[in-house]
Amino acid sequence: MPVPVAPSSPSIIGRGLTEGARLFREWFDRLDAAAEHGEPAAYVFVMGSLAELLRCFDFQLVFPEINSLQTAVRRVAHEYLNEAEDYGYSPDVCGYVKADVAVQLRDGRHPMGRIPKPSIAVLTNACNTYVKWAEIWERLHGTPVFTLDVPGTRAAGDDDRPGDAGFARDVAYVADQIAELIALCERVTGIRFDIDRLRASLAYANEMNACFRTLLDLNQRAPAPFNAVTDGTVYLGVLNGLRGTPEGRAYFTDLLEEMWLKVDRHVGTVQQEAFRLVFVGVPCYPMFRRFSELFSERGGTFVSSTYLWFASGGASGAWTYDLARPLESLAEGLLVSVRRAMDSMFFPDRALAELVRPFRADGVVYHAIKSCRTVSTGLADARRAFSASCDVPSLFLESDMMDRRVISEAQLKNRVDAFFEGLAVRRP
Amino acid sequence: MAYAAGVDVGSTQTKAIVIDEGGRIAGRALIETGANVVLAANNAYAAALATDGLSEEEVEFVVGTGYGRYRVTFGNIQITEISCHARGAAHMFPETRTVVDMGGQDTKAIRVGAGGQIVDFCMNDKCAAGTGRFLGAAAAALEIPLDELGPTALTARRPVPITTTCTVFAESEILSWLARGKKMEDILLGVHQSIVSRTLALMRRVGIESQVTFTGGVARNIGVVKVLQEALGMPLNVSDESHYMGALGAALFGLDRILASRQPAIPAEARSGA
Repeated sequence: MPVPVAPSSPSIIGRGLTEGARLFREWFDRLDAAAEHGEPAAYVFVMGSLAELLRCFDFQLVFPEINSLQTAVRRVAHEYLNEAEDYGYSPDVCGYVKADVAVQLRDGRHPMGRIPKPSIAVLTNACNTYVKWAEIWERLHGTPVFTLDVPGTRAAGDDDRPGDAGFARDVAYVADQIAELIALCERVTGIRFDIDRLRASLAYANEMNACFRTLLDLNQRAPAPFNAVTDGTVYLGVLNGLRGTPEGRAYFTDLLEEMWLKVDRHVGTVQQEAFRLVFVGVPCYPMFRRFSELFSERGGTFVSSTYLWFASGGASGAWTYDLARPLESLAEGLLVSVRRAMDSMFFPDRALAELVRPFRADGVVYHAIKSCRTVSTGLADARRAFSASCDVPSLFLESDMMDRRVISEAQLKNRVDAFFEGLAVRRP
Repeated sequence: MAYAAGVDVGSTQTKAIVIDEGGRIAGRALIETGANVVLAANNAYAAALATDGLSEEEVEFVVGTGYGRYRVTFGNIQITEISCHARGAAHMFPETRTVVDMGGQDTKAIRVGAGGQIVDFCMNDKCAAGTGRFLGAAAAALEIPLDELGPTALTARRPVPITTTCTVFAESEILSWLARGKKMEDILLGVHQSIVSRTLALMRRVGIESQVTFTGGVARNIGVVKVLQEALGMPLNVSDESHYMGALGAALFGLDRILASRQPAIPAEARSGA
């Protein structure tokens, strides 16, 4: 486990954000070069990317979800959504899918550079849309698609653990599929699978996962050293994009150093941390900063976010791979992490109830989005269940992760302001 | 005598209330908001003051509320209409635990605590279905005055279901029913049932607890009141001031500030227990 690092200099405050931005630019530059030179690219998703394995075959990793959200953050998503809708996709289809379709129709042109075509698509069943999304690339480019069927939690609270008979059966099922995937990757790239490369990648991933877990827990401190919605999303991007790499490991080691320094010097994210909030759902990317400002203007900061749980592919659970048996451990890690990711989306109420006390949460903000029914469908019920078990106020907001046509800042602000008025009344 | 005022700048109408130190209403005014929100706030406030011949100097604290609350340039603070409706309703009906407010573009369901504080709230999102505008569209399509909608609806015998979720498309649906020979009152009752059905869905999200107080401009529509009461299976608190409830709540918050400012300062030695 990472330990507190002796702070070197106050100048490192903010380094995680600037370095994250630099690594992102470099990553997209590599993708641009790959598109230019026709290098192999694997299209993967944040929930169960298997990045550690795919790196063994020299694939450039493309996360279409990240490409799509980048169009929203850069305020051009509407151009991409309109193009996909003109092509025939319904306004009700996932905004991430539509933005990606437009990228494909534009021959990979994206605000951050060119995205290479997929040589392979690897996905899990963590999101039902993944399956239909990959079929689009199959039809457009003839991409070989490999879908890993990861057995989910059978019922709420019924999660098999290592040592259980059911767990062993599920791991064997996933391991068989990984073996098939390895054979496919060898065929696509002509590169023989090297277990030592996998071992090295898993070792980096272990350190990144451990750092990420520590990072999330550090926000129990007051003031919280980072905003789990805005800053956290940058860290999340690096965790996904550079998973299993030395650069990713170095980034998270440095990030922890920065965070420990902030904790040590009581540096928070707002002038005066008046309310500590938990975010549930997917961020509002079309007004990414502004959304958070609606809260920070009133002294609210997000100390935790379920997005960091499920969009990290369950890395919040800090699974540690056993490097002595890399393939079996990869299967175990995929099973446990993807389950954790899915449970974070579908059953967040119990995990939320458990974090209220350690994180000293004053309120919970549920953000339902039109584009993603997978995440949003049960959110109102989850909120009701949480409210029944915890005397913590919650706010239910509805907007979108991509489509600015269904976002009204005035409506959001009104609700947020009323929520804070209620929080203030509860203060003794 | 000091006074406090609340100015509620809504999407359709602007309301102003002036209250005295005892919380009694000294003046009120209601005007159409129009395009100039600042002017609407100024005019409504001036008209409320004029009701009882008050001057601005006599008003110690003004609270702006409603969507245009930040455009009440003479306001001391701004508070959302959600808090203000809850406060106003609890003032008028102290046993209120659920508030349903139906305005021009918003319908809100608010669950309140014993002191009128917000426990939870829910509002219509993204469109004006189930709000006052829905009724306005029906009145326009049927060419009858707004204040005749409710009484006419209550004469219906066979309500026609209005199923569209869009306020604009509701007009077409109404016209299509007229073309098929349906009676105006039957169509209107369908419109009222449709708006109540949406409102109930919002109320269920926050939990319906008796007593329920109905506020906002639509509370003046006897048709909506009756249909909602029937659907809830319980009577509704409806005040003659329902239209002004947000402004009243704002004024009451202003009065709180005035009274708090008069609390004698506690000497330092008393605070330290010396």
